[in-house]
Amino acid sequence: MILFDHVFKRYPERGEALTNISFEMKVGEMAFLTGHSGAGKSTLLRLIGLLERPTRGQILVNGRDLATLPQAQIPYHRREVGMIFQDHRLLQDRSVFDNVALPLVVAGLPHKEVGRRVRAALDQVGLLKRERAIPVALSGGEQQRVGIARAVVGRPPVLLADEPTGNLDPDLSKEIFQLFERFQYVGVTLLIATHDLALVKSMHYRTFTLGDGRLINDTRGW
Amino acid sequence: MLKPSLRRRRLPKFTDQLAIWLNQHVQSALATLGRLLDTPLPTGMTVAVIGISLALPGALYVLADNLRTLAGGWNQTAAISLFLQYDIDDAAANNLAERLRQLPEIAQVQVITRESALEEFRALGGFEEALEQLKNNPLPVVLAIYPQPNYATPEQLEVMQDKLLKLKEADFARMDTVWLQRFQAILDLIQVGVILLGVLLGIGVLLIIGNTIRLEILNRCIEIEIMELVGATAAFIRRPFLYAGAWYGLLGGLTAWLLVTLALVLLQTPVSRLASLYRSEFELSGLGFTATFIVLMSSISLGLIGSWVAVNRHLRGAEPS
Ligand SMILES: Nc1ncnc2c1ncn2[C@@H]1O[C@H](COP(=O)(O)OP(=O)(O)O)[C@@H](O)[C@H]1O
Ligand SMILES: [Mg+2]
Repeated sequence: MILFDHVFKRYPERGEALTNISFEMKVGEMAFLTGHSGAGKSTLLRLIGLLERPTRGQILVNGRDLATLPQAQIPYHRREVGMIFQDHRLLQDRSVFDNVALPLVVAGLPHKEVGRRVRAALDQVGLLKRERAIPVALSGGEQQRVGIARAVVGRPPVLLADEPTGNLDPDLSKEIFQLFERFQYVGVTLLIATHDLALVKSMHYRTFTLGDGRLINDTRGW
Repeated sequence: MLKPSLRRRRLPKFTDQLAIWLNQHVQSALATLGRLLDTPLPTGMTVAVIGISLALPGALYVLADNLRTLAGGWNQTAAISLFLQYDIDDAAANNLAERLRQLPEIAQVQVITRESALEEFRALGGFEEALEQLKNNPLPVVLAIYPQPNYATPEQLEVMQDKLLKLKEADFARMDTVWLQRFQAILDLIQVGVILLGVLLGIGVLLIIGNTIRLEILNRCIEIEIMELVGATAAFIRRPFLYAGAWYGLLGGLTAWLLVTLALVLLQTPVSRLASLYRSEFELSGLGFTATFIVLMSSISLGLIGSWVAVNRHLRGAEPS
């Protein structure tokens, strides 16, 4: 589902952020991505969502070669890759419903279908009752769940999360990770960047470890 | 649980795509209008500036149009007044008039007898005493000569005047059209002014709308970034800004029309009083259908072009670095 083949990423200002990364993730696999701050976790996720292009190497996502993907096709690629961020990236002046609906509205889904799917997604993250609220009225954990609902509402086969629990206490973090597990059960491929090592260890999933832009460890789960 | 679709998405059928496309356009247009009306004060100010800018050339156009109508009315006055020798009496004058009427270049000849000329003179007032002093009528017979429309250019009138002066009955002739031609020249000048002012203020409107849209894009850059993250196409992101430009143009054009119409309503009463003093039936005419159409179309186009330029300069689309 996700294939990295000798991928390099160099930022002109900061030098090499990723060096010679190769790995493969199967459909429906869930994995963690760990490493010190500045190790290149975010950069790796950004390459998968085509927020950045690699300097060298090949990346395949869902059978699609990102290197040759034309500019005009990028939006359609992003509809197949749900992305979750530490800072949620919600529209602060829109309701929870509108935030979650955004990927569907952007894709031009009919009105009724949007409502049905948004409620299904909100139901999954346990926020069905808050659909009219605006993000600032929600707690950090709730805001992150809105972000998750938005990422999954378009039913993407790939889900990426960049330190989704960075600002949450352990209990809430645990809840969020359990939510991710439920997506994995239905066949979503998940890659979650985090430095919550205790939680990673407790969950027994495959774990990639980055150090200074290199893949220094790839431990299988059970 | 929402099942992810693992297969690559099929391209939707063409009719579905068309329906989506149409639906997105309608939604975007209405949502953009709603957004503009949500902030009535800034929207109103922008629209007012556009409206005033477009009302100026519009008003000048209406002025030129009305003056032309007025001048058209004056074309009915005699082109050449032929003053006959003093010893030509009314009967001889009538004979001459009859001969002149046979000429192909002349449409009509009106005989102004000495008596009627004197009457008219008296009616002007102020001359009664002077006229009392005179024993006999000092005025000659005058022939008012109306040329055929296709013989009415200045050059042709010049030729006709020379020809008329060769008549032994003629004393002198006066062309009534010289000032009319000057007036025509002024009208042409105003017309050039309308175009010039229209182009200049049109560029102004373009800049105003472009700048408004630019600010709007900067204001919403976070929203734009998020929409790109969740898979919005460049067209989807541009669309509301282009519609905003078109709406600004349309609302500005309507405002311009309203301003011109309002000015005309206010001028109607004094103008008709003035016209009645001149015993004229003249009435002010407004922008009319064609001119209104042109004003609205050009204002919408200016809005679209202005926003298109802003959008192209400030929106790059979902571009990875
Ligand atoms: N947009 C960018 N421009 C320049 N350098 C960047 C950019 N993003 C990240 N970097 C650099 O790349 C390296 C990896 O960063 P990042 O992927 O954010 O690491 P992590 O998410 O693991 O903390 C860091 O040295 C960082 O400074
Ligand atoms: Mg990071």
